Amino acid sequence: MLSTAISVENLAFTYPGVDDAPGAPVFEDLSLAIEQGSFVAVLGSNGCGKSTLAKHFNSILLPCGGKVYVSGMDTSDPELLIAVRRAVGMVFQNPDNQIVANVVEEDVAFGPENLGVAAPVIRQRVDNALKQVGMYHYRNHAPHLLSGGQKQRVAIAGIIAMEPKCIVLDEPTAMLDPRGRKEVMETIGKLNREKGITVVLITHHMDEAAQAQRVVVLHKGSVALDGTPREVFSQVETLHGMGLAAPDTVELFYNLNSCGFSLPLDKINAEECAQVLYEDLG
Amino acid sequence: MLKDITLGQFFPGNSAIHRMDPRTKLIALIVYIVALFSAGSWLSYGLVFAFLAGTIAISKIPVKAIVRGLKPLVIILVFTGLLNLLFTPGEKVLVAFWRITITLEGVVRAVLMMARILMLISGTFLLTYTTSPIGLTDGLESLLGPLKKIHVPVHELSMMMCIALRFIPTLIEETDKIISAQKARGADFENGKLLERVKALIPILVPLFISAFRRADELATAMECRCYQGGDGRTKMKLLRYKRNDLYAFVLLVLLLVAVIFAARLGL
Repeated sequence: MLSTAISVENLAFTYPGVDDAPGAPVFEDLSLAIEQGSFVAVLGSNGCGKSTLAKHFNSILLPCGGKVYVSGMDTSDPELLIAVRRAVGMVFQNPDNQIVANVVEEDVAFGPENLGVAAPVIRQRVDNALKQVGMYHYRNHAPHLLSGGQKQRVAIAGIIAMEPKCIVLDEPTAMLDPRGRKEVMETIGKLNREKGITVVLITHHMDEAAQAQRVVVLHKGSVALDGTPREVFSQVETLHGMGLAAPDTVELFYNLNSCGFSLPLDKINAEECAQVLYEDLG
Repeated sequence: MLKDITLGQFFPGNSAIHRMDPRTKLIALIVYIVALFSAGSWLSYGLVFAFLAGTIAISKIPVKAIVRGLKPLVIILVFTGLLNLLFTPGEKVLVAFWRITITLEGVVRAVLMMARILMLISGTFLLTYTTSPIGLTDGLESLLGPLKKIHVPVHELSMMMCIALRFIPTLIEETDKIISAQKARGADFENGKLLERVKALIPILVPLFISAFRRADELATAMECRCYQGGDGRTKMKLLRYKRNDLYAFVLLVLLLVAVIFAARLGL
């Protein structure tokens, strides 16, 4: 059996209310296990607690009830805070607000510097991290002169340089143009395949989620659907009920089916979709 | 509109001045300023000027860039020049009509004062032009290091400086966007009396501040995620190390200072 990278047990969380008013609970009893080395996409409509869940993975938020374990470490133990954050790196939505230094390589070095790594080792890690995200060529550039996708890759390099076991990305492509999105998604996929880094991708782009090995759909603070992209996305009506859409290919077949066709709903990429159409119509 | 701010601008290069340790350059600037203010005679000013000109030549910074940086100072220069010209008492009167008397001493003093200001600003520009902002903050942190013993938050201050420099271009870009957005809604920033124009800035500043606070909050979270816990136990990727060039620079600086003080004492 694969070991568990992150395990959430009966998590309950409520944001503190304003002026003594009780806040609305985000989670009441959420359980989820993420395996080491997997690529998991977390989907959900706005306000379902995706980002709140992500912030529990590295002790930015602490559970009000239940436990979150990262590689067996309790995230609410203050003694383990740094160890937890070393194990789980976070990439946020806005690349501008995560870059600390005004030279790319200095920014990537920020994490390892905080960990007290020796100078020559930092140099090595920074160079490796920048090569892995394909930004080595830009190491002496100023971050504000880079495109959104490039900045986000620098932010990812800053996390890899800390050598985490797991990377949590909170809508990393939400502010990027299609090209930047593609760059970032390719980088994430590569890290997962080649480095065996566990990736948790929080997104609301269905086509991005379709690239994961497993899709978890959150709805009203609990796990509504959980399975491979094919299993999850073929439940089109359930997704619609939660204010979500399936990937375009599945939506197409779903609409065709309602016009009298009977096409399979588990084709999540364009090639498969075209092949099925070709066979069915030809 | 806001793109031509030269604050803390850095010209990347590979000259001997660029490669010098930022600490050396910071100390050099201080010694240079002391020398400049000790100067009191033509020869001593000449020495300081020669030093400045030599440094500019070695740094390969285009003189144009320095002149461009000096432009906003024209008003201060003219003001200082006029004050010295008009209010210096002296014996050799050159021009005298109505209540205005211009003396030879006044002319000399005005010229020297203006030269002093120009040389002061050019010297500081040279530091920021040849030193990357991060080198500058690292240098400051290292130089002020001993103050940590008396609980001065040296690391925190240099971190703040570094982040401020990092966010200047981002916030300028944001200000431009807000100005465009407000103009698109019919805001008028160019016309009206001074008070009206100042009032027109409020709809720019309010969103700018709100966004800056939001950015600060997100940045703080991101820094925490990257295990930032202050200066203790932190290492540096680029270690500062004095090299042979720095030694030469220190020798030259001492010579400059001694020569200037001598020249000024002797009144040459």
